[in-house]
Amino acid sequence: MALNRKIAYIDLSKGKIETRPIPLEVRKLYLGGRGLDAYLLYNHTEPNIDPLGPDNVLLVSAGILGATLASATSRTHIMAKSPLTGFLGSANMGGFFAPELRWAGFDHLVIKGRAERPVYLWIHNGEIEIRDASHLWGKSTTETQWAIRKELGDEDIKSAVIGVAGENLVRFANVMTGIKDAAGRTGMGAVMGSKNLKAIAVRGTMDIKIAHPVEALEYNKKFITQITSAKVSQTQGRLGTPFIWGATNPWGGVRTRNFQYNQHLYADDIEAERLDEIATETIGPYHMAGCFGCQVHCRAQYRIPSGPYAGVYDEGPEYTAQGAFGGEPECRSAITVLTGNHLSNQYGLDLLEAGSLISWAMELYEEGILTSKDTDGLDLRFGNDEALIEMIHRIANRKGWLGDALAEGGLRAAEKIGKDSIKYLIHVKGMSNLHSDERATPALALGIATASRGSDHLRSRPAIDLYHLPEEVLRKVYSNPISYSGPLSSDHREYLGKPWQVFWQETCYMGVDCLGICKYHTTFLGATLPNFEDWSRVLYLNTGLEMSPTDIWTVAERACNIERLYNIREGLTREHDWLVDRYFDEPCRRGAPDVIGAKIDREKFKKMIDEYYEHHGWDENGVPRPETLKRLGIDKEPSHLL
Amino acid sequence: MAKEAMANKVLMIDYQKCTGCRLCELICSVKHEGVSNPSRSRIKIMKWESEGLYVPMSCQQCQDAPCVAVCPVKALTRDETLGRIVVDYDVCIGCRACVAVCPFGAMGFDHIDRKVIKCDLCDGDPQCVRFCEVGALEYVEAERVSVLKQRDAAQRFSSAQKTAAAIQAEM
Repeated sequence: MALNRKIAYIDLSKGKIETRPIPLEVRKLYLGGRGLDAYLLYNHTEPNIDPLGPDNVLLVSAGILGATLASATSRTHIMAKSPLTGFLGSANMGGFFAPELRWAGFDHLVIKGRAERPVYLWIHNGEIEIRDASHLWGKSTTETQWAIRKELGDEDIKSAVIGVAGENLVRFANVMTGIKDAAGRTGMGAVMGSKNLKAIAVRGTMDIKIAHPVEALEYNKKFITQITSAKVSQTQGRLGTPFIWGATNPWGGVRTRNFQYNQHLYADDIEAERLDEIATETIGPYHMAGCFGCQVHCRAQYRIPSGPYAGVYDEGPEYTAQGAFGGEPECRSAITVLTGNHLSNQYGLDLLEAGSLISWAMELYEEGILTSKDTDGLDLRFGNDEALIEMIHRIANRKGWLGDALAEGGLRAAEKIGKDSIKYLIHVKGMSNLHSDERATPALALGIATASRGSDHLRSRPAIDLYHLPEEVLRKVYSNPISYSGPLSSDHREYLGKPWQVFWQETCYMGVDCLGICKYHTTFLGATLPNFEDWSRVLYLNTGLEMSPTDIWTVAERACNIERLYNIREGLTREHDWLVDRYFDEPCRRGAPDVIGAKIDREKFKKMIDEYYEHHGWDENGVPRPETLKRLGIDKEPSHLL
Repeated sequence: MAKEAMANKVLMIDYQKCTGCRLCELICSVKHEGVSNPSRSRIKIMKWESEGLYVPMSCQQCQDAPCVAVCPVKALTRDETLGRIVVDYDVCIGCRACVAVCPFGAMGFDHIDRKVIKCDLCDGDPQCVRFCEVGALEYVEAERVSVLKQRDAAQRFSSAQKTAAAIQAEM
C-alpha cells in the first residue's frame, strides 16, 4: 500500500546503507515530503554545522500521496542546511522522479557523510547501491541523466542530478531532473556536490496499492474537472507561468534594473505571447508538456530560434526566467531569456538567484562600486545581454574574481565587494527575492519576509490577494478548515487582516508539500482549487489513512513549527524576518495609479509581523511559545522517532 | 450504444497532443489491478525527452492479429462485439509467444501476477480516453480515424499554401 514505502539511511563516508519502515504514528504526525524532511533535518543534524561539510544531511523525499490518484502527485522535496543562508534549505521539483522513487519502494532518503570519490546512488525495487560517478563528473544535468540510463541499460530510469554548478559548490546550485524540473532554491545542489554525490538514479516496478481504487478514480476525475475548469489553469496550460507577466508588468509589479523601477518598459519580445510564438514556430502547435499525472501542463517546450545556441532544445522558460534574465537586468530579448534559462538548466543553477545577483552587480557597476577591473573588462551595464550570459558562465564555473564572488551568494559577495554594495542587495535571510515587486502589496511583502527558507514566493504567498475578490469569498477560503473571524480586506494595499492570509497560505503550502502535490493544484493562483477538505478525502481513498481536514492542518502547523525551531536553533531572530531598506524608503516609480508611489510602511509592517507571530502561537521574538509546542506535541525535540 | 458501432470503434492516438504526463498509465494500472504501477499498465508513453517527443503505445486490436495467429493453445481470440482481442486466462499457458510476436510491443507480461496483459478497451469505455484531458487518446469509429487525419493533413497543407502565398507576395 501507499503507506509501506521505506526510509533509507545512506552514509556516504562509510558506504553504509540501512532501510527501515516508516511507522504509522510518524506518518500521522508529519505525513511525508517536506514535513517529515523538516523533522528529520532537526533530528539528524547538530547545531551550527558547516552546510558544505560531511555533517550536513541531504534529505530527498516523495509526498505521502506521490504517484497516487490524488492528482499532480509528482513532487520531489529536497532539504538540508542551506549553504546560501545558513538556515533551512528546502526545494521542491516536479517531473517524474518522486513517483519512480515510490515505485522503487522508498519515500525518504537520509544521506549523510561525504564520499571519497564522485558517486551516484542507484535505487531500484527496494535495493540501493553506491556506484562510481567519476566518469559523470563535469557533465551537464541532462548529459548525466542520459549517461546513467545508457550505463544501466534502462530508458525509464529517472535521476535527480547536479550539474557543474553543484560540483563547483556554487552556493545556489540546484538539483535537477528531466530537462528543466529543478529543486531550485537554497543551494541543495551545492550540498550534493559537497558530498561528492553526482546523481540519484531510481527505477521501480513495485505496486503501490490504492486503498479504494474505484472511488479514487472517480475522485481524480472530479479533480480534473475542478482544475481544468479554472480559468487560471487553462491560461497556464496554454502559456505556462509567463502568463503572469502579462498582468504584473503592465501593473507595475516587476523589479527592473535591480530595484530601480517596478516595470520593464521594453518587454515586448519577452511577453508570454511572444515566447509562445517561438514555441509554436520551433516545436509546433502542441508544445505544452506535463509533470506526472497533471492536466495543467504548464511546461512549454522550445528550441532557441537563433544566436549561438540556435536549435538547442529546452523547456520553459518560467515567469521566474522572464524576470531574472529580462526585467531585473533590463534585457529585452527573448533569445537572452531562452538562452539564460537553458544555460542555468544545464549548469544546474538556481536561475532566480543568478539573475537577481547579476542584476545587483549591474547596479553596482553603474554606481561605480564595481569597475571594469573587477569584471575583467566585461561591460556589466544594465541591458547588456552578452554580459548577462557571460556572467552565468562565470558564476557556474567560478571564473574570474566576480564570478567566484557571486557564486558565494549575495551576502558573502557583498562582504568581498565591500563599500556600500550591501545596500543594493535585494534579499531576505541571504536569499534573493523573486523579481516581483511587493511594495504595493503588503501581504506579499510579509510572505517573503517571513518565509522559512528565506525570501520566497512559494512558501506563503497569498497570490489571490491581487484579484480583489469580494470579502465573502475571501472569508470562505480563509475560514477553512479552522475558523477565522478577524478582519479580511479585498484591497491589496491594505495591511489589515493580511497576516492571517499569509499564515493560512503558509499552512496550506506546507500541506501540499507533505502530500507531494503541486501548488498549482491548490489555493495559490486560483481561489477555487482543492485544499484541506479534498486532501482529507483523497488521502483516505488512496492510502486508507483517515485524517480530517483539521488533522491535516495540524500536521502542516506542526511541520511549520519544526522548521521554525530549526531556524531558531541555527541563529534566526526576529530581525531576519525583515525586508531590505529599499522596500521602505524607495517608492514605486512606474505602473498603475494604485502602485505609483507605493512603499512599505515600517511601523505597519512591524505590526503585521507581530500579528503573524500571534497567529502562529509565537512570542514577540518569533519563538514558538511552550504551549504552542505542547499543543502540537513537539515540546521535547529532538525526539528521534526516525 | 449499438453493438455494431462498438465493434467498429478503435483507440485513436494523436501523439502530438500528448503532454507526456503518464496519467493514462496510472489510470490503467489502478483500473485493472487496483495499484499504481505503470509496469502493469496496458498503455505506455514512449519518450524522447531530449526532443520533447512523447508517443502513447497500446494494442491496435489488429484485424489479422499476429498474437492470435501465434498462440499455440488458442487462448487469444477476436471479440467481435467490441472489436478487440481478448485473452482467455483459463486457457493461456503463459508461454509469451504473443509478447514476442507483437509488432507494437503492446502485449505485456505482468511480472507480479505472471501473466500476459493487453488492452481490453475497458469493455467499451476505455478509462485512459476518459481521463486524457488533452484528447491525445480518443475512442472513435474506425472509419472516422482516416477522415480526422485527412482533415488534419489538409489543414497543414492549406496553411503551408497560405505561408507560401505570403512569401511570394513579399518577393
